[in-house]
Amino acid sequence: MTDVIAGQAGPYLVILAMTAVTYACRASGAVLMSRVRLTPRVERALRALPGSIVVSTILPIAVQSGLSAFVGLSASITLMRVTRNDLAALAGGLAAVVLARSAGL
Amino acid sequence: MPIPSDRATLTFEGCLQGVRMTLPLLPSLIVFAAAFGSLAAQKGITWDQALAMSGTVFAGASQMVSIEIWREVWSLPALLEVMAVTAFVNARMILMSASLQPWLKHASGLRQALMLFLLTDANWLLGMRYRQDGGRDLGIYLGSGLVLWVVWVAATLPGYLAGALVPEPRRFGLDLLMPIFFSAMLVPLWKGVRPALPWAVAGCIALITHALAPGYVFIMAGALAGALAGALVGDD
Repeated sequence: MTDVIAGQAGPYLVILAMTAVTYACRASGAVLMSRVRLTPRVERALRALPGSIVVSTILPIAVQSGLSAFVGLSASITLMRVTRNDLAALAGGLAAVVLARSAGL
Repeated sequence: MPIPSDRATLTFEGCLQGVRMTLPLLPSLIVFAAAFGSLAAQKGITWDQALAMSGTVFAGASQMVSIEIWREVWSLPALLEVMAVTAFVNARMILMSASLQPWLKHASGLRQALMLFLLTDANWLLGMRYRQDGGRDLGIYLGSGLVLWVVWVAATLPGYLAGALVPEPRRFGLDLLMPIFFSAMLVPLWKGVRPALPWAVAGCIALITHALAPGYVFIMAGALAGALAGALVGDD
């Protein structure tokens, strides 16, 4: 086994292993939920998930990346509220980050 | 507003609409995929390995991280390390997949398995937004996932061939691409203060976890806290 990993097949084994791990992540939540009864309480938990995942992802990253990230995220949210257009929000957010960084923020 | 959990459809028109909804994301996705290809080339990965990884792992952040710790000669401990890192970076997919299930369950087993393979941040969030607004056509999620996959794989190769010509993602703010897209999606997800209370709980727990624990555990910790808060506090 160790010889195989160290040999030519090694990188492909690594990719295969990464694929398996990632697919396990992708499938396990759905498999788990198919065994849980959808009570109103569970439904409320699921409904809170998208926003919770979004906030849990962006807040620490924004804090870590500093002011330029806050500028970018604020621009993105503002543009989305005003235009309701995904492209405008995305492009404006990225542009704001680039501008903020070139301004030294 | 309750998510309609009774029915779901899967139509070709829905797939096309899913493709259209994904178009605004494609320019950034292309640059991101090219950046991955170019990084892979710099680290001595062969082109077919880079393509294979984009096609089968199909998860940008974890691909980038694995390239950072890529080796010329592999060992069992190194393999296990890559697997652990991949699991940590992609753990958020467990929760995304769970939140998709009440919608996805109406499709056949094989289609569910395929659609779960195509689960990414972008088509999950586009699908959730559409679903929360009362839509039920799974084609939105599937069409979006398919176009993301095709573009992600296709754009990996030119990046690989261009090698060092592809600029650093940071220069275009692309290291913040996902947070920026996520923050924009908060706007349509917003249904008033009360349904958003769990988000505040999630944010606090994520910040605390981020300060205390290494890696990406903060996403899981925050999201689970948010779901728990949602279960405990009614929003109607």
